[in-house]
Amino acid sequence: MATHETPFDPTLSPDDGEPTRRDVILIAAGGFAAIGAGAALWPLLDQMNPDASALSLATTEVDISHVEAGQALTVMWRGKPIFIRHRTDQEIAKAKDFSVDDLIDPLARNANLPEDAPASDDNRAAKDREPWLVMIGICTHLGCIPKGQAVGDYKGEFGGWFCPCHGSQYDTAGRVRIGPAPQNLAIPPYSFLSDQKIKIG
Amino acid sequence: MAHPSSYQPSTGIERWLDARLPIMRVMHDQFMVFPTPRNLNYWWTFGGILTFMLVAQIATGVVLAMHYVPTEDGAFDSVEKIMRDVNWGWLLRYAHAVGASMFFVAVYIHTFRGLYYGSYKAPREVLWILGVLILMLMIATAFMGYSLPWGQMSFWAVTVITNLFSSLDAVIPGLGTQLVEWIWGGFAVGGPTLNRLYSLHYLFPFLIAGVVALHIWALHIPGNNNPTGIDVKSPKETVPFHPYYTMKDGFALLVFILVFAAVVFYAPNFVGHPDNYIPANPLQTPPHIVPEWYFLPFYAILRAIPNKLFGVAALMASITILFFVPWLDTSKVRSTRYRPIYKWFFWAFVLTCLALGYLGSQPPDGWYLVFGRIFTLYYFAFFLVVMPVVGLVEKPRGLPGSITEPVLGPEQAKGRRAPPFWPAAPVRHGQ
Repeated sequence: MATHETPFDPTLSPDDGEPTRRDVILIAAGGFAAIGAGAALWPLLDQMNPDASALSLATTEVDISHVEAGQALTVMWRGKPIFIRHRTDQEIAKAKDFSVDDLIDPLARNANLPEDAPASDDNRAAKDREPWLVMIGICTHLGCIPKGQAVGDYKGEFGGWFCPCHGSQYDTAGRVRIGPAPQNLAIPPYSFLSDQKIKIG
Repeated sequence: MAHPSSYQPSTGIERWLDARLPIMRVMHDQFMVFPTPRNLNYWWTFGGILTFMLVAQIATGVVLAMHYVPTEDGAFDSVEKIMRDVNWGWLLRYAHAVGASMFFVAVYIHTFRGLYYGSYKAPREVLWILGVLILMLMIATAFMGYSLPWGQMSFWAVTVITNLFSSLDAVIPGLGTQLVEWIWGGFAVGGPTLNRLYSLHYLFPFLIAGVVALHIWALHIPGNNNPTGIDVKSPKETVPFHPYYTMKDGFALLVFILVFAAVVFYAPNFVGHPDNYIPANPLQTPPHIVPEWYFLPFYAILRAIPNKLFGVAALMASITILFFVPWLDTSKVRSTRYRPIYKWFFWAFVLTCLALGYLGSQPPDGWYLVFGRIFTLYYFAFFLVVMPVVGLVEKPRGLPGSITEPVLGPEQAKGRRAPPFWPAAPVRHGQ
């Protein structure tokens, strides 16, 4: 408060209830401090995101020439198992033989297609190479690796994959048919470099 | 409870320190002469046991950290090196691993004791909330610690639990995935994940220690609850913490350590899973993933719900619901001793937790799943229906006039001589 000893500065605390110079200074200083603190916090949080070395492992090339119909191959991409299955004609027929509307997850989950593409077998299988199915082999429930790649594995009622953790079952196009998994197995970005070679990522 | 300080600095150096940092005064007032209800039973000794366990876990953990290597390639081997080469390494690791289990045994008993005797009721709500917070920090710490040996169970437990967060994709598409990759530091559980879990596993026990300090502070404002649940009415109903409860707690601690030592020396892997002695393999999920025993009830709740997002929500809710217990329970009476109806629901709840623990260890299908759902339903109904409703409709049994009356009889009020083992003068109360 102004007294006889301290000279009165009306811009600091006038009596009319209007915002004063001091209010402006306080809010501005507080605002800058908050933004500064947030900016200083960001590196502490962002350091946990995948680093440059993790991002650099973005693509991998796979030779599939030795995978016969009915066989499957598992490779690693970005630390995740990739299921590559060379499907038989019966398996393809089985995957086509029902309505997409009956699925738990009606979307294709194919990184090579638009997000809203329906989960038809055509949208799940490799483009123009119907027998080939390339998927991230991680159950969409809680991240276990489903069984079904090895010859002797139990493949579930739909002949695709069976997750041992919580019992999710996938069909021969990798679509979830029995929960608790909420989504179809994801399809990574990939392309065929030749008949023998796939590039994933 | 609040009481006038009786600290008398007897030497010059104590007077000098007391004027500058009255730490000796605080220790004396809060831990030597602190007035404690004279009727505490052995269920009250678990607070001291838990303090000991926290110190023991930090001590063994700090020395294990001198030998442990938190990398994808080094972790499993360094744990085996601790077991075979490091002097006393086998003892330190088994004491730490079994210690985690014993810590949870004690904390669950401590929590159920608080539930049974209504220790969460006014004026101890903050004390209870801090306790739930400690429980949550313990769960996080134990989970991170279990990942460190980097065996198959370690790896897949981390995979399954971190993937819980991806359920947020069902709320905002992409959010869950983003969050999970941030937690992993990659596109799958791997070396960066292990390294950060190790860093946080070292940090969290000190956070727990901090909240424990607050927990004890919050205890020392209203003072201890007691088996009757009624308030201390006179100083005659209390005894100084030392030597009465240092001795009682000390005896209980020795018995507890005896059990602890028996497990460490004779059955160190009793609560472990043999699959965790197989090095982590990201391409092979073990046929049956189970968490450590102390997480099994929560795991059973997670699996009882067929929807991923709601399963995770139920898991979270099963713990966070404890925060609201002080306001969910509508009864005016604290101790379940005097609650003839609630008593039955309480023991049914204990049974439910044990049953969920068993079901969490079994595959989630058939009857296991049916019972998992029934018990999950009761778990939540206990808090959301039983606690509010029974508190309103139940007619409690008559409460004793004081905490000493159930032991000494009402004639005490007439000023009869106390039994010889009672060191205090004749007790007068009800006046």
